[in-house]
Amino acid sequence: MKPARAMTSPARTGIALACLALLAAVPFVIPGYKTSLVVEMLIFATLAMSIDLLAGFAGRVSLCHGAIFGIATYVVLYHVTVAGGSPWIGVLLGVAAATAAAVIFALLAIRTSGVYFLLLTLALGMIVWGMCFRWTSVTGGENGLRGVVVPAWLAPPTVFYFFVLIVTSLMTFLMWRFAHSPFGLTLQGIRESDSRMRALGYNVPLHLFVAFTVSGFFAGLAGALYAFFNSFVSPSTVALAQSVEGLLMVIVGGVGTLFGGLVGAAVIIALENIVSFYTERWPMVLGLMFIVTMIFAPEGLLGRGRALLAQRRDRNAS
Amino acid sequence: MSMTVFQALNGATFAALLFIVASGFTLIFGLMRIVNLAHGALYLMGGYIGLVIASRSGSFMLALAGAAIAIAAIGFLTYTVLLRFVSGNVLRQVLLTLGLALVLDDLALVIWGGDAFTVQVPEALRGPFRLGVMAYPKYRLFLLLFSVCVFIGLWLLLRYTRLGALIRAGVDDAEMVDAMGIDIRHVFIYTFMLGAALAGIGGVMGGAFLTLYPTADSDILVYSLAVVIIGGRGSLPGTAIGSLLVGMLATFGQVWFPELAYFVIFGPMALLLAFRPLGLFGRAA
Amino acid sequence: MDRRKFLTSASAAVAANAVAPLLPSASAQSGPIRIGLLAPLTGVVASGGKEMVEGFNLFWDQHGRKIAGREIEITVEDDASNPDTALQKARRLVEQRNVQMLVGDLLANTGLAVAEYVKSNGVPYFIPIIAADDLTQRKRIPNVIRIAGYSASQMPRPLADYAYHKKNYRKLVTISQDYTFGYEQCGGFCQTFTELGGSVVQQFWQPLNTADFSPYLAQIQSLNPDVVYAMETGADANRFIQQYANFGLKGKIPMLGAMNLTDQSVIRTLGPECEGIISSAQFCEGSDAPATKKFVAEYEKAFNKLPSLYGFSMYSGAMWMAAGMTAVDGNVEDRPKFLDAIRKVVLNDSPLGRPVRLDMYGNPIYDVYIRQVKRRPDGKSWNVPLETVPNVSQFWKYDPETYMKQPSYSRTFQGIKKS
Repeated sequence: MKPARAMTSPARTGIALACLALLAAVPFVIPGYKTSLVVEMLIFATLAMSIDLLAGFAGRVSLCHGAIFGIATYVVLYHVTVAGGSPWIGVLLGVAAATAAAVIFALLAIRTSGVYFLLLTLALGMIVWGMCFRWTSVTGGENGLRGVVVPAWLAPPTVFYFFVLIVTSLMTFLMWRFAHSPFGLTLQGIRESDSRMRALGYNVPLHLFVAFTVSGFFAGLAGALYAFFNSFVSPSTVALAQSVEGLLMVIVGGVGTLFGGLVGAAVIIALENIVSFYTERWPMVLGLMFIVTMIFAPEGLLGRGRALLAQRRDRNAS
Repeated sequence: MSMTVFQALNGATFAALLFIVASGFTLIFGLMRIVNLAHGALYLMGGYIGLVIASRSGSFMLALAGAAIAIAAIGFLTYTVLLRFVSGNVLRQVLLTLGLALVLDDLALVIWGGDAFTVQVPEALRGPFRLGVMAYPKYRLFLLLFSVCVFIGLWLLLRYTRLGALIRAGVDDAEMVDAMGIDIRHVFIYTFMLGAALAGIGGVMGGAFLTLYPTADSDILVYSLAVVIIGGRGSLPGTAIGSLLVGMLATFGQVWFPELAYFVIFGPMALLLAFRPLGLFGRAA
Repeated sequence: MDRRKFLTSASAAVAANAVAPLLPSASAQSGPIRIGLLAPLTGVVASGGKEMVEGFNLFWDQHGRKIAGREIEITVEDDASNPDTALQKARRLVEQRNVQMLVGDLLANTGLAVAEYVKSNGVPYFIPIIAADDLTQRKRIPNVIRIAGYSASQMPRPLADYAYHKKNYRKLVTISQDYTFGYEQCGGFCQTFTELGGSVVQQFWQPLNTADFSPYLAQIQSLNPDVVYAMETGADANRFIQQYANFGLKGKIPMLGAMNLTDQSVIRTLGPECEGIISSAQFCEGSDAPATKKFVAEYEKAFNKLPSLYGFSMYSGAMWMAAGMTAVDGNVEDRPKFLDAIRKVVLNDSPLGRPVRLDMYGNPIYDVYIRQVKRRPDGKSWNVPLETVPNVSQFWKYDPETYMKQPSYSRTFQGIKKS
């Protein structure tokens, strides 16, 4: 399997800066509703990338990150609307809660892999959903929690957009550094073969535990941002569907590419908006995307792109 | 009738439905290691097809047979057309079935709409069965009986037929069976069809007292997962015990800890997956 | 009926529509009036949602889809009986489709989510069906107006009175869906019932979209109350009534229902299981009032079925909106004037056969029927009035300001008076 590096450093930095510049222009070029769509893309891209940290780099596909994401959203909204606290403390608490959940999930899940890991995280996500759904006195049950939690100075759409852009860029950078650090390389080794790494003397469970917790941290951050964006949370936010959509974003973009999360989120959210304009059949389109991607392009858009680039490079080199 | 007996009956009859659906799931999971996340969608489709047949023909038996055949056919197509592209990669198979579930669900929505439908049962099965002061729905008692018959039928199949022997051998060690020269692929196809048919039958049976509605598929899928994980991969008695456990937990959970109702079912499932993934009765491959 | 039908029929107007947002609002008066209709086309109350769209369209179709010289353009979005989806769709309608007003939603939690959203941008939101009490009591929002609707706790109180005085029930068990509308309906019933001297033995709350009621039915049977008050909507109502009969409780323990339990959208697919259930509502499709009979006949002709509360309410809502629009000569862009006109509407042609107007707090006052489900000779089931309780407001016999000092109904506060 090719290493997750297909371009030279200056080229990559150049592309990153170009993307940032493009994104910075958004509120001036496509204002109003479309800007809020891009905000959504950025938030969910963070969620997708957090899933990719685990799936792409450690080889563990999870179905509970939507729940971790939503836990942060709930905590932020609860802290501000019910407990009357400050939004920033709310964010701190939200991210802490999400990370704590990730720690608990990690302790249970690191002994498993493959399909069992998938099912276990599914069950854990269901437990979270069940709690949000039935524990009406705290979570509001079916009614959810609602109220504007974003601080007033951040509320204007353009200001909020840049806030999210800056935070997301920072998160992306941090995640990228994490994935390409020596720790991240060890994770990739674990993805290839648990037993080999163990034989080489690496503490595999510890590495997986840290990876899970870190990915939970980023998912929680995305969830806190979502609270600011949506001003509303309900059991749907922690439902299995949320984790599934996040996973699909990773897959469409390319598992193991990290930036695939950005691409996947953009594609899925854009498609959803376009398709929903003309028809109610978005779930069918989503399902077909899953099927087609699994059969024809399991490495996703970026993955395919990188493979093609690598092929061309090899051909030129020889 | 004492409340505990009443609730126990509720739990047992719900378990009866779970068993029918979960047995199909565990056959597929046990033999082919495929977590068929479209199993719930097959249940719902089967229910809708049975609904149409029952209302047109007036025969519940015909509805059951029709649904079984139709869903077995969908199972056949799923396996031979879709799953073969991703054979060998378990994770991709799982995610593909997830996509299929989304598609089937939406298709059902387009065809039958958002209302909740009840499959018509014969007059003889409607209303309560009275014995002294006790009154319990006739249909649910019938479901219990039916489920026991399904269990016996499957057990006989596994024990005394060639296909059953191959399935059992394959659950234990599919590679070995293949190495012995037996065309394991045919066994896979028949098993997938049988599993799907069971889901379809479950849909008709469930549709008669729980109604059919757009999210019924994920409801039943999630319970089936819990049953199969708790009872053990590929084990028929395990599935029966798992169904009873989950059925009882679901019922008594609603009564005793309504706020923790889901935790009571998924907590054990999560713990088992973490510490004993083979479940109570599964055996190592 | 789906949204795309309206898109195609108003395609010419859409072209003009694209230009409209660029023009200053005053001169946009000649374009179509764009209405965003939110309804649950999927989910637990899909049956009601479908009828919301039908009832709404029936009125506009009867009036040529034109008001004060402007075309009426309706975009329908499915809120999936889910507040998150409702919020997303509301945003889409307002920000992407530039509708001038929102109307609809069925479940209280979806309505509350959308109401919170329009609080921040002032878009008019009309709620003929969302019955959340506080939207016309403690948490009123200026641009959220309950036209032709009712508040949740308004309707069960006359029924509680009837149950205590006419039927002599004393021990009550309630079973309800676990969300705002359920809390308020049960709260209204329990408060009146206990203030008269009755007692509440136990209350059950089940999640929306409960398929299996057996655990609750077992407990109800063992508690053996005088009466069960059931607050269910949509598919849950359907299943509850069927299972109640299948478990042999029908005929053994009397059941009173919220109006949604015995609504046409529920009983028209049921058989003898639903006969005899008593509920209370402002709308009774079996009523003898000439205006009601006319409306029922027209509805039956258009859709081949008897109208439900949802169809009726949206029809009346459309009638109300039309009256408001006519009063401002179609100038809906002038929001303060338009909202004011809406508040002042007196619906003289209501299918109820009596004029309907809003009280001081924005909720209509009605004559409430105590009604019962009966089978017609042609086999269809419908609700027939037993008694009428006149002039019931959302505050019943309480003084509004004093009443609003008590907490909103919730799981923990049901207005139960300890005896």
